[in-house]
Amino acid sequence: MSTVDFPIPVKAASGCSDAPVLRERGQHEVFCGLTGIIWLHRKIQDAFFLVVGSRTCAHLIQSAAGVMIFAEPRFATAIIDERDLAGLADANTELDRVVGQLLARRPEIKLLFLVGSCPSEVIKLDLSRAASRLSAQHSPSVRVLNYSGSGIETTFTQGEDACLASMVPELPVQAADAQQELMVVGTLADVVEDQFIRLFAQMGMERVRFFPPRRAADQAPVGPNTRLLLAQPFLADTARALQARGAQLLSAPFPLGVEGTTAWLQAAATAFGVTAQRFEAAVSAPTARATAALARARLHLEGKSIFFFPDSQLEIPLARFLSRELGMRLLEVGTPYLHRQHMAQELALLPEGTFLSEGQHVENQLDRCRAAHPDLVVCGLGLANPLESEGMTTKWAIELVFTPIQGFDQAGDLAELFTRPLVRRMRLAA
Amino acid sequence: MQLTLWTYEGPPHVGAMRIATAMEGVHYVLHAPQGDTYADLLFTMIERLQKRPPVTYTTFQARDLGGDTAELFKTAARQAFERFAPQAMLVGSSCTAELIQDDPGGLCKALNLPVPVVALELPSYQRKENWGASETFYQLVRHLSQPRSQAPQAERVPSCNILGPSALGFRHRDDLAEIRKLLTDMGIAINVVAPQSATPADLARLADADFNVVLYPEIARLSAQWLERSYGQPYSKTIPIGVGATRAFVREVAGLAGLDPEAALAKVHSRAQWYARSVDSTYLTGKRVFVFGDATHAVAAAKVAAEEMGFAVVGIGTYSREFAREVRDAAKLYGVEALISDDYLEIESRITELQPELVLGTQMERHISKRLGVPCAVISAPVHVQDFPARYAPQMGFEGANVLFDTWVHPLMMGLEEHLIGMFRGDSEFHEDAAPSHLGGAARMQSAPEPVVVAIEGAPQAAQEAVTLTVAADKTNTGGACTWDAGAEKELKKIPFFVRGKARRNTERYASEHGLSVITVETLYDAKAYFAR
Repeated sequence: MSTVDFPIPVKAASGCSDAPVLRERGQHEVFCGLTGIIWLHRKIQDAFFLVVGSRTCAHLIQSAAGVMIFAEPRFATAIIDERDLAGLADANTELDRVVGQLLARRPEIKLLFLVGSCPSEVIKLDLSRAASRLSAQHSPSVRVLNYSGSGIETTFTQGEDACLASMVPELPVQAADAQQELMVVGTLADVVEDQFIRLFAQMGMERVRFFPPRRAADQAPVGPNTRLLLAQPFLADTARALQARGAQLLSAPFPLGVEGTTAWLQAAATAFGVTAQRFEAAVSAPTARATAALARARLHLEGKSIFFFPDSQLEIPLARFLSRELGMRLLEVGTPYLHRQHMAQELALLPEGTFLSEGQHVENQLDRCRAAHPDLVVCGLGLANPLESEGMTTKWAIELVFTPIQGFDQAGDLAELFTRPLVRRMRLAA
Repeated sequence: MQLTLWTYEGPPHVGAMRIATAMEGVHYVLHAPQGDTYADLLFTMIERLQKRPPVTYTTFQARDLGGDTAELFKTAARQAFERFAPQAMLVGSSCTAELIQDDPGGLCKALNLPVPVVALELPSYQRKENWGASETFYQLVRHLSQPRSQAPQAERVPSCNILGPSALGFRHRDDLAEIRKLLTDMGIAINVVAPQSATPADLARLADADFNVVLYPEIARLSAQWLERSYGQPYSKTIPIGVGATRAFVREVAGLAGLDPEAALAKVHSRAQWYARSVDSTYLTGKRVFVFGDATHAVAAAKVAAEEMGFAVVGIGTYSREFAREVRDAAKLYGVEALISDDYLEIESRITELQPELVLGTQMERHISKRLGVPCAVISAPVHVQDFPARYAPQMGFEGANVLFDTWVHPLMMGLEEHLIGMFRGDSEFHEDAAPSHLGGAARMQSAPEPVVVAIEGAPQAAQEAVTLTVAADKTNTGGACTWDAGAEKELKKIPFFVRGKARRNTERYASEHGLSVITVETLYDAKAYFAR
């Protein structure tokens, strides 16, 4: 494991680095990895996601974000029926037929993902073989990859991790004499990417690639001269696959809030030998803007308590931001999965004694939440309205995944996502 | 395997959830992986219920599959019983658990819970949501109902049960209020309403009623048939949607209750009926409508459209294969072929081909219509957050008929406005591409491919990122051998967009039937005369 560290201005082994974590097992009130398709199909504009699953999978994606985007979407479900299960129809032949039908209809598709689901995993339908078979059949116009977004293996944002990891073997090999290049990993809103590109350019860093790319064909080469900067906290498998190809992971917190964004950019700047002066010149104006925006939000949030149900793995970085930059009190920070290495710097920044939980037993957690009387609860769509009707104020966790929140110029927007429910409750009461 | 972009119905266990959630005192333990909990948000976000659905998901993971998923189920069931203390439990499998064959019913029996446990067998790879709701309700009725508790007395007030209203139903909340009032005003006592707000104890006394009123056959007909066989309770067949059907319903239930319907009918003053007859509504005559929905709502809407609005039904269809026969029978009345399909693309192409002037459909057809520039009103599930209005808006009963009139007329161009557009085609406001002025939409250019902006509805506010797709909006050119000369093409543009597609199609059909290879202005008017209704 190759990691380039940079000196972070906190003392080692502080905060929650070694804090105990409550691990729970029970009902998980979270989405499965298929849900990631909702943003991934918008990000990679010539990719199509074909879920091989049940009617439940189709219904989930349709309902998950509370959305129905009825323009013809770039995702669909090949619904397994009883004939496929009874062996009357060879499932592979059927899949080939459905893919043929789809590609005939959508000739602009360049990259097709076959997405595994709970049923396809349980019946052991080998989608990796199907993908290579179909790739051979439809190349060069279409590449076919596969990954699993099943709920028995992935939680919500882990679907993106699985998707990106499946793309890594396709990336071209970097030339041995290539210059050092930065790869920012994890889906970011286009506007956020553009801001980061400008900031890096101001620091003199021109060799910056984003993964996933906006176009399937725009593949960044990868090799020992690649430096990885994770933009999202849920990319364990993707990072591992890229590291296996020689890329070096830069250790950093995540780019949420002024502190997180500064440290995240600093990690890259250090690796690329950017001088302190040049770094300062690039970040000073956006830092000032963000700081001013956060000062306004702090008036509403300081001293208020917050409780996180597990959802996207963004919980720990968000909790760090809310506690350190906005003065909120953390009652419980739940995460579906805790990756200690990727989260190391975040944990170190969390206030000592923060109650951390991993996994979920939703009934027990609801008991704790009710007992804790938080001012604000961050939770999934299934829990939000019932908690509101009990008198709590909630923030939909999914909105934090679908909104541009990273970087300096989104810090104020991110804070506003938390102030809005509180302000709204005040207004409605008045 | 079926390629599916959008699905009209969820899986059958979602149907079971609709029953469990509607009821009180029932808890459903569902053997399911993580992710299946998405179904909770249908109830908490779309229907905006204030409580979580009474469902416990076992949440098994890949690593459990080699081990003991059965034990996981038993633990979840035991904990759910202890925590929620239900009067009855439902147990079953979602699609994935069905494959691992753990037998929730048998496992639960081993727990010896002191309440009735109803095991559901819902084949996920064959059946869908409405079937699952119907089967679940039927199993509950079978397991929990008891023979009539006392002998009927001569002096008794006649009584009925109202069967069918459930969670996540299209306007069930308001239909129930409307029909309950109608029946009560007739002097009929309501014994039990189920599944909505019924407890297992309520189901036990279903047989005490004289007859059953079935509001939604998709959910309750199977149970009503069983109650008829088991306890000799007849059930109502008329669905009271529209003025005519509501009158027929009053007669039918009066017959079942042994009452005289005329007193109840004499009191009726229907505003919808008068509005439809008023001279202002003349412009509605013969408007070509396409109807699609669940079978009950589609059949009822077509009847109202034809008999109470004076529309012409040019197409009817349903996604409910279980009720295909009813829709085929209705289609015969209008001389059209029924479309029995749950393939969104097939329905889209039928609408494109028919070029109706109004679509009465589901939220799916609303989006198809938006894309094609055809007015649309929603008449059926699948439900959307907009289908749970804050105001009272039943579909059934006399007030329901008023709601239908308003809802269906609203998307249309008003009569006088339609005339003005016909008269002054180049006017900057009343021009051929203008949308109905009361809807405030901008003018739409129909002749060129255009970007269609589709908002993500009901989404978290910040997710309201607009999705822009380029759609060839003018799908009306049906091809064929004939070509349009420049003059005819120009004349066609003067026809308002909402009938232009039909004019183009008719003219091309006329030209090909008459062996004309070039369409001129003359051909256009010849065709107009030929097809004049």
